[in-house]
Amino acid sequence: MIAAVAFYVLAAVTVVSALLVVTARNPVHSVLWLIMAFFSAAGLFVLLGAEFLAMLLVVVYVGAVAVLFLFVVMMLDVDFVKLREGFARYLPIAIIVAGVLLAEMIMITVAVANGGAAADAVGPAAATADKTNIEAIGRVLYTDYVYFFQAAGIVLLIAMIGAITLTLRHKPGIKRQDVGVQVGRNAKTAMELKSIETGAGLNPEDLR
Amino acid sequence: MVVTLAHYLAVAAMLFTIGVFGIFVNRKNVIIILMSVELILLAVNINFVAFSTHLNEVSGQIMAMFVLTVAAAEAAVGLAILVTFFRNRGDIAVDDASVMKG
Repeated sequence: MIAAVAFYVLAAVTVVSALLVVTARNPVHSVLWLIMAFFSAAGLFVLLGAEFLAMLLVVVYVGAVAVLFLFVVMMLDVDFVKLREGFARYLPIAIIVAGVLLAEMIMITVAVANGGAAADAVGPAAATADKTNIEAIGRVLYTDYVYFFQAAGIVLLIAMIGAITLTLRHKPGIKRQDVGVQVGRNAKTAMELKSIETGAGLNPEDLR
Repeated sequence: MVVTLAHYLAVAAMLFTIGVFGIFVNRKNVIIILMSVELILLAVNINFVAFSTHLNEVSGQIMAMFVLTVAAAEAAVGLAILVTFFRNRGDIAVDDASVMKG
């Protein structure tokens, strides 16, 4: 009974905050609603017995992705009112497409849940005392799925390299350390003798 | 009042639809479009986890983890492209992005 109430509350909060993500006027509010949606979805995962994924959702999405969105939204100085042009124009067609899509997906969902491969589903099994959710995941993740696991690491590495190469820029006119030049210099190239005219003093340009 | 697999799949279907709806109505704002894509991937994850626990098979949760990984990578690269685009053009309207063709 309490689980059913928790499900309905969490599901309602998830759907309503998702709707507010796409309709909020201020993009900062959108990001905050996105965080809300992810939190409630993590709650749904806990109800399903997938505690590890729930915590992963909070750490990765709320802690990293949503904060990244927040940084970018606040960093870019953009007129967001101008970007909302066409909202009313596209609204009717969007509602039609969304309505058809939702109807189709609900029908497929009910069909699969009642008559498809999951027809004789036993329901969420409570984590037994000898094998928790995270242990069950760990047992297959590092054995059966070890290549996928490594591939996921490579995907993240490439994403990191890509993001850094895209956003890194070298400002001209800044002195940078060049280790090759530093190591390669010797007494001949390091020192230069200049003859100064008597009485003329030192020209600062010669020191450059 | 028992919560079945169909309930979770319905929630995921609604989230997916809202994501598609968001892409439709926010045609110009790339940030909202990226957030809509995140919502769609969240819907996929809910489907994976719901099937995983109802069929007593943990591999669905492994797949959900990989979806999470790809979503994080996609968000990072997408926002990096957005920042570069903003630096070059001073605006993020998607309509202007068509100059990249050819």
